[in-house]
Amino acid sequence: MRVTVRLFARLRELAGASTLVLEVAEPATVATVWHAATIAAPSLVPYERALSCAVNASFSRMSHPVSEGDDVAFLPPVSGG
Amino acid sequence: MFSVTSAPLSVEALTTQVEASVRTRGEGCGAVASFAGLVRATHQGRAVRYLEYEAFEALAITVFRQIQAEAAERWPGAALGIVHRVGRLGIGEASIVIVAATAHRAEAFQVCRYAIERVKQVAPVWKHEFFEDGEAWVEGAIADPADEAARTRALEIACA
Repeated sequence: MRVTVRLFARLRELAGASTLVLEVAEPATVATVWHAATIAAPSLVPYERALSCAVNASFSRMSHPVSEGDDVAFLPPVSGG
Repeated sequence: MFSVTSAPLSVEALTTQVEASVRTRGEGCGAVASFAGLVRATHQGRAVRYLEYEAFEALAITVFRQIQAEAAERWPGAALGIVHRVGRLGIGEASIVIVAATAHRAEAFQVCRYAIERVKQVAPVWKHEFFEDGEAWVEGAIADPADEAARTRALEIACA
């Protein structure tokens, strides 16, 4: 199935794209999608332990199930304010 | 009262909006406290040229509303507004404006402080600093709104 990955800030720069459209096998979780993203953009790997993620603009865990067409965002540590 | 924008921020405009939202509710509004975060000319001894802020807008607005809900749980009747700027900002420009409106003054300061601490912990916003001699993304907390320890820390700072 196909999912859209959104990348922000340093992750976006490392991958050279703000979105990636990836094919992942079902059943998939956010972790499956992250793994697919790191294959498409290996420079993302060092962020594995410093990530937040969101599915369809809602904070999620790496174990959250992902469905066809979902929008999965990976967020590096934040620095707003 | 919760937004992400590339336009310059106004403390006054947000204050008017937040105050109006509680003027006739409960005891009414007897105090507003505002906070504006500005672009500083230096960071750890380096001269800053400008900053760029990036946000995941849809999620940021959800997070701002969540912070308002958390504040209302601890300080019933409190109203909050949070606006964050994105894009390129020069020295002295406001990157964030927060306004808290409450019945009495002590709570207004507390709610305002709580909100900025929570924004720094969980809002999906990123700061990219451009110096005279290079650039760097700032990376602070790993955002996790379900982290109760972080929330407790923000409450302790707010009530110190």
